[in-house]
Amino acid sequence: MIAARPQPAQGHFRTPLMETPFHPRLAALAETNDWYGWAGMKSLHSVYDEELEYFAIRSTAALFDISPMAKYRVRGPGSEAMLNRLTLRDVRKLAPGRVHYTAWCDDEGHVLDDGTLFRLAPDDFRLCCQGRHLPWLLDTAEGFDCTVTDETDEVAGLALQGPCSFAVLAAAGFTGAETLKPFQLRDFPHEGGRVTISRTGFTGDLGYELFVAADAALTLWDRLWSAGQPLRLKAIGYNALNRARIEAGFIVAGADFTPADQAIRTDRVRMPDEIGLDWMVDLTKSAFTGRRAIAAARAKGTLKHILVGLDIADNTPAEGAIVYHRGKREAGVVSAAIWSPTLKRNIAIASLDRPYGSRLTDDLWVEIYALRELRYAKLMKPARIVPRPFLTLPRRSATPPGRF
Amino acid sequence: MTSCDAIVIGGGHNGLTAATVLAKAGRRVMLFEAGALGGTMATVEVAPGYRSSALSHLVNRLAPEVVAATGLEMTCLAAPPAPTVVLGDGDPVILRGGYGARLEGVGAEEALAFASLRAKLMGQAAILGRMLGHRPPMPGDFGLGDAWHLGLTGLAVLRKGRAEARDLMRMILTNVADVADEYLTDDRLKGLLSFDATLGAHLGPRSPGSLLGLHYRLTGSAGGVAGGQIVPRGGMGTLAAAFVSAAERAGVELRPGTRVARIEAVQGRATAVTLAGGEVVSAPVIVSAIHPGTTFLRLVDPAEIDTGLTRAFRRHRSKGNVAKLNLALNHIPAFGGLAEADLAGRIVIARSTDHVESAFNPAKYGAFSPDPAIEVVLPSLGQPEMAAKGCTLSALIQFAPYDLKEGWAGGAPRLLDTVLDILDRHAPGLRAGVIAADLLPPTEIEARCGLPGGHWHHGEMTPDQLLFNRPVHAAAGYATPLDGLFLASAGSHPGGGISGLPGLNAARHVLEVAR
Repeated sequence: MIAARPQPAQGHFRTPLMETPFHPRLAALAETNDWYGWAGMKSLHSVYDEELEYFAIRSTAALFDISPMAKYRVRGPGSEAMLNRLTLRDVRKLAPGRVHYTAWCDDEGHVLDDGTLFRLAPDDFRLCCQGRHLPWLLDTAEGFDCTVTDETDEVAGLALQGPCSFAVLAAAGFTGAETLKPFQLRDFPHEGGRVTISRTGFTGDLGYELFVAADAALTLWDRLWSAGQPLRLKAIGYNALNRARIEAGFIVAGADFTPADQAIRTDRVRMPDEIGLDWMVDLTKSAFTGRRAIAAARAKGTLKHILVGLDIADNTPAEGAIVYHRGKREAGVVSAAIWSPTLKRNIAIASLDRPYGSRLTDDLWVEIYALRELRYAKLMKPARIVPRPFLTLPRRSATPPGRF
Repeated sequence: MTSCDAIVIGGGHNGLTAATVLAKAGRRVMLFEAGALGGTMATVEVAPGYRSSALSHLVNRLAPEVVAATGLEMTCLAAPPAPTVVLGDGDPVILRGGYGARLEGVGAEEALAFASLRAKLMGQAAILGRMLGHRPPMPGDFGLGDAWHLGLTGLAVLRKGRAEARDLMRMILTNVADVADEYLTDDRLKGLLSFDATLGAHLGPRSPGSLLGLHYRLTGSAGGVAGGQIVPRGGMGTLAAAFVSAAERAGVELRPGTRVARIEAVQGRATAVTLAGGEVVSAPVIVSAIHPGTTFLRLVDPAEIDTGLTRAFRRHRSKGNVAKLNLALNHIPAFGGLAEADLAGRIVIARSTDHVESAFNPAKYGAFSPDPAIEVVLPSLGQPEMAAKGCTLSALIQFAPYDLKEGWAGGAPRLLDTVLDILDRHAPGLRAGVIAADLLPPTEIEARCGLPGGHWHHGEMTPDQLLFNRPVHAAAGYATPLDGLFLASAGSHPGGGISGLPGLNAARHVLEVAR
């Protein structure tokens, strides 16, 4: 009835781990050699020292390679309508030159992924996310006057985060960056081409994300790196970023929720309302995939889970801990936890089974298993539900940004 | 903007049934049909003075409850069950009564074996048939009514004894070839069962699940005779006219020649249809009795439905396997040298299981067999109004795959030639007497009837597309993910054939949920 669609040829399977466009620079800097595979690309857990890298984010400036993020380009007159079918938020409200954080679901209303949607021009969008979704995007685009392309390999990405990040941009000659407001983006000239800079990030700090053609990646790195050295710009790995994102209360697909297309067990999927994304769901806009299921779950009260921030007594990170109500009834699990160096608090993101976390919010405990020299110390510690983000920094949203 | 209580899209027998039942319940109903009322059920002129049924040519499963609910006028079906003649090698076999209640042309032992198989299959069909007349049980939305129906079905199974229940479970998903071999030795009878089980499906007799097609056929009845068949007087168009006049009597506003261009929806609710001329008609209930794939991939804005639903309909298997041939002949062909009275039903050219299986094999690879199996009806026998002189012949050719590799432009004349050769072999002189021929491969059926894939049943009738998965799971049980939009074509439960049940069940569901 409908002709088969040509599948784009991809050669990624020939190399078990691909190198990102910034690899030569990262390899030269990597002291810990703590490589791991992120979406099939060589990435660093840490570059030289996880602690110091974290403090680069919060005290000076940090450079993090986000090239492995999946990046999809949606172009054409029908792209706004297509993305409105795909995502939970109303794309009509996203002005050109702006970015918003959004998510998308399958027909059952279970979250497939979250990501950032960049409106580069009225009919030109970039969608950045953790997972690979090209078949889903192509199927969603059927019947819309738009094209969807995977530009993950063609576009390199850098996150420049931290209080001095604007100062680094300014020193690198990106004039005009001071007028960028949070979630705003603009193109800047670079080496005869251009770099798209948005005031976005995953740290809850002042910061920017830069997207550039892969062949201009190294010159962009060098431009930032040389300008940033007097400002203590550091290259960082994922572990430092992960701490910052937990403080900022951000969730990670595959860690804090299992994307619906990856869940093996049918009861492990999550609706937006179950991972703290209920605010995104716009039932007043046009229809979107999962709308019916989400509205029905709300009406019938069949939501099963809830994602909460926890403030836990004691200083042992509660990574993977089980959450209990009244110390005995199991109420959920901690999906991310750190001792926050900035807040000096033991914080965690937990997935609870309603009514725990929704109706029953008191008397929660976490059981932390701390492995101490071949013996587990079982710590039962009281936990309090607190709003996310745990950490709010005024410098994140001040315009013009500070130079510090 | 015009408005009414319910809009029905599609004026085939299911659309007409749904519209009539809704109108009889007091709803103001408008029915839009792109072509002529009756849909694929029509009588056409093959050549001046020679008339035949456009597509289907027999009535063998028109449901009594549909007749009762619509008040259908049945004079065109007032006839005893017509015989089936099987032409294989050697002498023909003739089945009379309801699917061979009486056999001619086989030995006494084989007749007994057939009677025992017939009784077995009829008994099983009677149980399975209980599932057809109401909404299929929907997992996750299982009501008291479902429990009642399933309970009654379970009781019916148990009443026949444990051995019969076990046999039903053993046989239900098996293939017709094995079951035929289990009981029969006569190749002509095996060929007939193989043909009937796979007619219209992309299955060979040895394909798993092919027996279900035969079960489905035997759930039908005609003139109160289970497994019976009737050649309607005046062709299928007369029956279509009866459906139309029932709808008219019920007060349905019928709008033939009016194509629906779009189904309008807002935030998950279907609200109106826009006609090809631009007119917008709104209604709280829209019943689509056209192909479900057309409904969801062509009429509904993709922005209004979920991506997974689009995916499901892209995967929906609905490519036709049968070509239709209408011939105008200058004489009455003497198939098998039989008397006219014996030829007044259907004539099946199926020598054996292997014959049907071999006819299917090339279909898997986008070709048709040089030796297809064929069902022939002579609609003009005993009906001079269908052919003043000579005769008309209506044939179904199995298998004719929709995706013919060589393309149907070149393939159709070749297939016609092949079929005429075969017919001529069984009725010498037939070929020389052809006045006009009209061969409709699935692509032509698609074009003439607006039926994507040219699939008679609006979708394969295999277990993956039956019951709560018909046409696709999210749109099964007549209600769809778009509130206010219901499906009522053969693409919905219970499926194809001139039964009217999808339309009746859908209308009853509408009346239940949209009071």
